[in-house]
This record gives sequence, structure tokens and C-alpha cells, in this order.
Amino acid sequence: MLDRDEDILKAAEDWQKAGRGVALATVVETWGSAPRPAGSSLVINDEGTFLGSVSGGCVEGAVVTEAMDVIQSGKPRMLEFGVADETAWNVGLSCGGTIRVFVEKVG
Amino acid sequence: MKLEILHELNAERAARRAAILVTDTENGEQRLVKAADFAKDPLRAELDKQLRMGKSANVEAGGKKLFLNVYAPTAKLVIVGAVHISQALAPLARSLGYDVTVVDPRTAFASPERFPDIPLVAEWPDTALPPLNVDAYTAFVAVTHDPKIDDPALLHAFERNCFYIGALGSRKTHAKRGDRLRAQGARDTDIARIHAPIGLAIGAVSPSEIAVSIMAEITAVLRLPPKEKEEAA
Repeated sequence: MLDRDEDILKAAEDWQKAGRGVALATVVETWGSAPRPAGSSLVINDEGTFLGSVSGGCVEGAVVTEAMDVIQSGKPRMLEFGVADETAWNVGLSCGGTIRVFVEKVG
Repeated sequence: MKLEILHELNAERAARRAAILVTDTENGEQRLVKAADFAKDPLRAELDKQLRMGKSANVEAGGKKLFLNVYAPTAKLVIVGAVHISQALAPLARSLGYDVTVVDPRTAFASPERFPDIPLVAEWPDTALPPLNVDAYTAFVAVTHDPKIDDPALLHAFERNCFYIGALGSRKTHAKRGDRLRAQGARDTDIARIHAPIGLAIGAVSPSEIAVSIMAEITAVLRLPPKEKEEAA
């Protein structure tokens, strides 16, 4: 019953139906002060357009790049990101966090 | 994610029904479990717990590492009565993540000046409530003190199986309300669902404090497992 920005799942379905390659990236685990909770997700299409977020901006670029590979290969992968202390401070976190992100192809 | 799973998940979300997506994080295998099917699922205890907490989590079961991604509808709060308490309750509930609507046929009460930015319906409950899609993810409070408005609203809340139903009034007022509702066809089990006097007993005096006690009670009903819930009430 939480507030979640899940229209991205609708976008995932619409993009896929429109013939685009689509991947979904989901935060599955967090340690320390991670910016977005488990379950947060990001949807990416093969043009590099994405909606949603997994970290509030720190690692989206890397996730999108990996997602392109996943769209190509069709094989899911697990990514792990440590948010360095300095970066964490810059994005407004009081200490570093680590997140694991599951990236899978849609369709 | 397979397209049929995504399609099914989106259909559940659109219908405001909860579901949990179970992903084996080692091999990517997935299945969607609809809330209606939790009871017969081998992971039912975990599914129930995560849905209640509204929180996605990793679990280990049968030697598998599974990620349970919870998709629950946004909770709604319907406040019948645009009274002083509601002016404090509406923004408080919104800050807790609820979609809030205030209903009161009395236009002097249901005015945008008194409720800036809060959706208002200045109609009688019979007209106002059906389009609001009141459901099991809705908390419902009746605070007008006027049986002409509160009673039909409560009957609607029973019918829609709201997860929380509260009504303002002392024990004496509430006993009379029970008699009236029974006369209109409500069952004893329906009446027993009403939290009255409304709110946790925290000695609340001001409208804002009463709003806190109401939201504390709604939170307890939403989050606590059934046994602890009884203790808190």
C-alpha cells in the first residue's frame, strides 16, 4: 500500500507491444543508507529511454548501459553498486550505501 | 519478465488488487502470486508478512534465494465530514502516503478554503461514495456526528470491506448508532468492525491530536499482525 511510481510497468508493457526491446531493473537488496528501497525499479528501452529510478541518480547511467546488453542477450544479470562515501554525501546521504539491482529482459 | 506476467501484473494493479512477484535471483525464474491465491501458496507466511508491511524483501526457501516484490494498491482514506478534525486529519494522512478524499454534503463545511489542495465532494454519501471506488485498501472514517450523513456512509464502508472503519462518538452515541444501523440491515459483525470511540487512547484533546490518534490506529490496523492488533486496540 505504499506510494510507488509504477506506471513504469505500464510503460514497459506499452513499449514491448510497440516492438521495442525492453529491460526492467529492480533494486532487490540494499545495505546502509541506500537512496531507494528494495522493489524500486527502472524500465529501459533499446533506444536508451528510461523511466523510474533505482538510486535517485547515482548509478542509473551504468544500469542503462548494462540493460542494453541484457536486451541483446536476453540473459538476466545481477549488478552490485557501492555508493562511495563522497558520492553518497553529494546526493544527500549521511553515509555510504550498497545496492543490488536485478536486470531482466521483458518479453 | 515474461510478457504474460507483466500483463497480468498490470491488470491486477489496474484493478487495485495486491500481488507479489516472486523472482529466483539466481536464475531469473519468476511467478506472480495474486493476493487471492496467497492462502494456498507454499510461501504464504512470507507473502502475508511482506504484503502487510508493504515491503519488498529477499527470502530463502527450499534452498532458493527469492526476491518478493510487493505490488499493493495505494491506500486511500475517505473522510466523511469536513469538520475541524478533518482539517488536521487530511494533510496528516496525505503525508503518510494515503490518497485522501473528504465528503460532506454541507457546502459550508466542504469548502476549498478549509481544505486547500484536498479533493472534496460536497454531496450526500449515496451520491458521493460510489464513484470513489472504496475498497479493501481504503480506510474509512465518519466524523460528522450527524446520523443522516454518517449512517449511510458506514453502510457503504461495510459493503466495500474497508480495512479500517472508524466513527466519532462516545460509547453511548455508538450504542445508539449500532441500533440504527442494525435497523437498516447491518449485521453485528459489521458493527463490531467500527472503531468507536475513534482513534487510539492517547488522551487526545485538540483536533490535531485526535487526527494523530486516528492515524495511529489506522497504522496499527494496517501493519500489525492480527494478534498484536487486538492488544493495541
